[in-house]
Amino acid sequence: MDHLKQLVTDGLNAVAQAADEAALDHVRVQYLGKKGELTQQLKSLGKLSAQERPAAGAKINEAKQQVQDAITVKRTMMAANALSKQLAVESIDVTLPGRGQDFGGLHPVTMTIERIQNFFAQIGFSVAQGPEIEDDYHNFEALNIPAHHPARAMHDTFYFGDGTLLRTHTSGVQVRTMEKQQPPIRIICPGRVYRCDSDQTHSPMFHQIEGLLVDDNISFADLKGILHNFLNVFFERDLQVRFRPSYFPFTEPSIEVDIGYQGEDGEQKWLEVLGCGMVHPKVFEHSGIDTEKYTGFAFGMGVERLAMLRYGVKDLRMFFENDLRFLAQFS
Amino acid sequence: MKFSEQWLREWVNPALSSDELIAQITLAGLEVDDVESAAGEFSGVIVGEIVSAQQHPNADKLRVCQVSDGATEIQVVCGAPNARVGIKVAFATVGAVLPGNFKIKKAKLRQEESFGMLCSAAELEISDENEGIMELATDAPVGTDVREYLNLNDKIIDVDLTPNRGDCLSIAGLAREVGVLNSLDVTAPEHPELAPQVEDVFPVRVSAPEHCPRFLGRVLNNIDITQSSPLWLQEKLRRCDLRSIDPVVDVTNYILLEMGQPMHAYDLDKVNGSIIVRMASQGESLTLLDGQKVELTNETLVIADNEGVLGMAGIMGGADTGVGEGTHNVFLEAAFFNPISIAGKARSYGLHTDASHRFERGVDYDLQRKAIDRATMLLQSIVGGEAGPIVEQASAEHLPSLTQVTLRKARLESLLAYKIPDQKVLDILTRLGLTLVSSDDHGWTFTAPSWRFDIAIEADLVEEVARVYGYNNLPSTNPVATMEIPSKPEIERPLSVLRRHMVSCGYQEAITYSMVEPGLLAKFDDQNKPVELVNPISADMAVMRTSLWPGLVKALQHNQNRQQSRVRLFETGQRFIPSKQGLQQQDVFAGLIYGSRHPESWHGKTEQVDYFDAKGDLESLLEISGQSFSFEAAEHLALHPGQSAAVQLADKIIGYIGAMHPGLVKDLGLDGPVFMFEVDLASISMGMLPAYETLSKFPEMRRDLAIVLDQKTSVAKVTQDIESSAGEWLKSVRLFDVYQGQGIENGQKSLALGLTWQHPERTLTDDEVNQWVEQVVEHLSQHAGASLRG
Repeated sequence: MDHLKQLVTDGLNAVAQAADEAALDHVRVQYLGKKGELTQQLKSLGKLSAQERPAAGAKINEAKQQVQDAITVKRTMMAANALSKQLAVESIDVTLPGRGQDFGGLHPVTMTIERIQNFFAQIGFSVAQGPEIEDDYHNFEALNIPAHHPARAMHDTFYFGDGTLLRTHTSGVQVRTMEKQQPPIRIICPGRVYRCDSDQTHSPMFHQIEGLLVDDNISFADLKGILHNFLNVFFERDLQVRFRPSYFPFTEPSIEVDIGYQGEDGEQKWLEVLGCGMVHPKVFEHSGIDTEKYTGFAFGMGVERLAMLRYGVKDLRMFFENDLRFLAQFS
Repeated sequence: MKFSEQWLREWVNPALSSDELIAQITLAGLEVDDVESAAGEFSGVIVGEIVSAQQHPNADKLRVCQVSDGATEIQVVCGAPNARVGIKVAFATVGAVLPGNFKIKKAKLRQEESFGMLCSAAELEISDENEGIMELATDAPVGTDVREYLNLNDKIIDVDLTPNRGDCLSIAGLAREVGVLNSLDVTAPEHPELAPQVEDVFPVRVSAPEHCPRFLGRVLNNIDITQSSPLWLQEKLRRCDLRSIDPVVDVTNYILLEMGQPMHAYDLDKVNGSIIVRMASQGESLTLLDGQKVELTNETLVIADNEGVLGMAGIMGGADTGVGEGTHNVFLEAAFFNPISIAGKARSYGLHTDASHRFERGVDYDLQRKAIDRATMLLQSIVGGEAGPIVEQASAEHLPSLTQVTLRKARLESLLAYKIPDQKVLDILTRLGLTLVSSDDHGWTFTAPSWRFDIAIEADLVEEVARVYGYNNLPSTNPVATMEIPSKPEIERPLSVLRRHMVSCGYQEAITYSMVEPGLLAKFDDQNKPVELVNPISADMAVMRTSLWPGLVKALQHNQNRQQSRVRLFETGQRFIPSKQGLQQQDVFAGLIYGSRHPESWHGKTEQVDYFDAKGDLESLLEISGQSFSFEAAEHLALHPGQSAAVQLADKIIGYIGAMHPGLVKDLGLDGPVFMFEVDLASISMGMLPAYETLSKFPEMRRDLAIVLDQKTSVAKVTQDIESSAGEWLKSVRLFDVYQGQGIENGQKSLALGLTWQHPERTLTDDEVNQWVEQVVEHLSQHAGASLRG
C-alpha cells in the first residue's frame, strides 16, 4: 500500500505543478484515466481475498477521490484566474462619455406655456386656439374697444391693408369661444401676439396666455383665489400678492396683479405679473351670453415676462435670437 | 400726469405720509409710476441779495460779490455771468450742504476769499437749468431759507392714469379721489362769479354742435403781457411738468392742471370778424403753435374765424393767433368737445397734447363757466385788463345727458361674494359725486356726475364700490364648479409629444418672428405673395412668413457667426398663405440641421450630416402618427434639385425636405451643407388606432436578392415592384445594401434586398417561395430594367 500512498503524493504534486488547463487534463488522464495509474491499482484487487477486497478497494477509491478533488479545485482556480485576467483586460474608463446624440431642448417660452397649461388643465380648463391675423371685430370691437377708443392707443397695432390686423392679445379667442359655446366655459388660449414696439422690454412679437371662466355664480373672490394659487404654484413659493384696480375695456372690475419682493435696499417692492377682471357685460352681450344668468372672469399674462422672472432672464430679445448658448441653458 | 403733492394737500390733506398716500392711490387704481423730490437734498441755502459785484482782480471770468443775508454782507466769489447787483439769489452759506453731500466751506479763489456759493437751479436739483445762477423774485425775503421760500419740501408724483379716468387728470379730480378714499371733505379754492367790467363781446358761432356742444368765450382787454407769473404759479406748473411761458399761457395751463379744463387764449387783434366752430374743409392748412404745418381733413373739428382756421379744436391752437409779446387784448376759450369727436384725431396727425389727452377721455361738461371765471380772475391779478361778459353757445340736445344707474344689493353681494354694509356703499358712491335718486330694499338708483364718462351700467358701480373698498380687503376663494368630462380622441398626437421627440433627436426648439424680410422670404418661396404689413416696425419684418425656413436660416446664421459648428433646430408655428379661399393660417413643423452628424466626441471623427440624417429624423417624427407617408423626388426653389423630396400623405403633398440649394447657401453667406424640412402639422398630428392581427405560429421564410439596375431608378419604385409581384404572403422588404463602384458598371447601382414571407396558417414550402422569387426577378427585369447581380 505504500505504493498507493506514493502514487497519491505524486499525483497531487503533478496537479500542483500543472501550469494550464491542458497540463491538468494530462494529469487527470495519467492518474484517473481508464489506464491511469490509480485506476490500474483496482486491477490488483483481484489478487486479494474476498475479505480484504472491500477495504483495499475503498482505499484506492479514496486515493482517486483525493487526486480528483485536487484537480477540481485547481480547475476552478484556473477558471477564476482566467476570468479575472479577462476582466482586467476588458476594463474600461466608465467615465468616458457615451455614444450618440446630445439631447436638444424646448424653448423656455414653450416650457413656460406648458407649465401654465398643465396647471389650468388640472383644474378643468381646456386649450383653445385662434388666428394670429385677426379681424378688428374680434380683437377690439367685441371686446368693448370701439374705433378711436383711447385704449387702442395702448395697443400699437400692426395692420394689413384689408382691415385685418395682427392680434394684439389673445383675448379675441374668448370671443370666438363664446360665439360657439354656451357656459360653463373654462378655457385658456396660449399664443403669439404682436405689438408695434421694440426695445429691451418690448418685442414686436411675444406670447400671451388668456384664460376665461364663465359659469353661474362666479365671483370676484373666485378670480382672486385661482390667480393667487396659480402664482404660488408657478413660482413654487408662498407669494405676497396684491390686486390693484386697473382698466381693460373688456373686464369690469379690472385688475392688475402684483407680486411682492424685497428690493436690494430691503424695501418692499411690487412687480406686475398679470391682468384680469370680471368679464364686462358688453362682451357677454356681443357673444350672446345671458349676463343675468352667468358671470365670469378672464385673465391674461405675458409668457416671456413670467419666464424672465422664473429663470432670471434679463433681456426680452434673447428669446427670439435663438442663440444655442442661450437655448441650451433650458434643456 | 405729474402733480405736486403739496398742491394736492391744499385741497385735501389726509393724515398719511407721502409713501402711504402713494400706496393708497395706487391701490385705488391711480397707479403711481414715479416719485421724485421737488428739489435735491440740501440745507443752509438762504435768499441772498447781491449788493455789489466787482471784477475779480486775478480772473477774467470771476466776480467778487458782496451778498447780503439780511443781517450782514458776506463776500462770495462767483463765476456766473448773470451775477449782478440787485438780484436775489440762492445763497449757500458756509456750512451749507448741497445735493450729493457737498459741503460748503470757506475758500480762496485766486487769492480772493469766498464765504459760500451762489447756486444754479441745477446745483440744487430743482431743474436742469444750468445757465448761470438762479434768480429769485425781486420781492423774495432776504435771509429766508430757500427750501421754505420755494416750498421745496414737496414730492412730484407721476401717476399713470388709465383711459377711463379722465376725471382724475386734474388736482381737483385727484383730490376728490383722495377725499373718497379717506372719507374726507375736499376744499376747492374760493372763486366767486366774476362781474364783467366792460361790455365788449366777440361773436361766436358753433356750426357743429354735435362735436362742440358747449363753447364759452370772453374778451379780456388791455392786459400787460410783460408781467411775469408769480413764483407760486411758476413752481406749481414746473412741478406738474409744464414750463412757464407768459402769464396768459401759464394761467390757461394752470386751469388745465387745477380743474382739468383745457383752455385756449387768442390774440384778439389777430382774429377776424368772429369765432366759428366748424369742421375743416378737406386740405385746409394750419400752422400750429409749435410751428408745424398740417393739412387738415374734413373730419377734423376746427376753430376758425371769418378768414380761415385758427386752431385744431381741443388739440392745439395755431401760431398766427397765439398770444405773445405785443398782445394787448385776448379772447379766452373754454369749451366742451365731444370725446368721440376728438378721440384718435390728435394721433392721426402725430400729435398728443395735454388738451387732446383730456378731451378724448372726457372733460366735465359743466365746468366751462367756472373755469373761465377762475382763469379771468387769476389772469387779471397778474396782467390786469378789463373782462367782458361770457358768451356761451350751448346745445342742450348734444350735451351728454345725466345717466341713471341702478345698483342691486344682491348683485353686488354675489359678484363680490361679500356683503359691504349699505352705509359704506352709499358713502363711497356719494363722495365720488353720484347723486342718489331713489332707493329701496333691493338697491339704489343714482345719477352719475358730469365728470364721470365711465359710469353707465351697474357693473361700473360694482367696480367703484369694490375699488374704493379695496380689492385686497375682499375675500378670496376657489370656485366650485361641476366637473366636466373631457373627451379627447386617442389618435390625436399632442404637439408636446412631437416636440419632445425632436428634443430626443438632439434638436433645440427655436421661436422666430412671424414677420420676415420680403427679399429673404422670396428666396425660399416664389409661389406665394406674402401678406404685407401696412406699418411694419422695420424693413426686415415687413411681411408675414409663408415658410418657417427663413426664420430658421437666420437663426442658423446667428449661430454660425458665433462659432457653432453643429446646429439642429426645429420650430412649430403658423405660416400665412394667401389663397383663393382667403388667407390660410396654417400650423407647420419645420426643422434644420447643419454640421457634424454626432456631437464631437472621442468615438472617432464624425461625418457631416447629409440628406438621410434629416430624412431619418423626419421619418421618426412621422412614425409617431403611424400613417404611411411617402417621399417623392420633387423640386423646390430653396432646395438642391437632386436632393429634395415632397412628403406625401395619401397623394397630397404635406411638405418638403431636402438639402438647401448650394446657390442659396452661398448667396446667404452660410457655411453648408444645410438640410431642412417643413411639414403640415395637422397632417402629422393624427394617428391610427392600433388594430390587432393574429400572430402567425408558422416560420418566416427569407430570401436575399442582389440586383443591378440604372442608378436613377428609385428604391421606392423597386420596392413597389417587389410588393406587386411577390405574392400574397410577402411580409416585408428590407434594403440592406446599396453599392456603386468596382464591379458595377458606371451609371448602374447594386441593391441588396431581404424579402420575408409568412403564412398565417401554414408553413410555406421552398418551392412556393422560390417561385415568388422568380416572379419578382422577372418583374424587376421587365419593369425596372434590373438584373440579378452575378
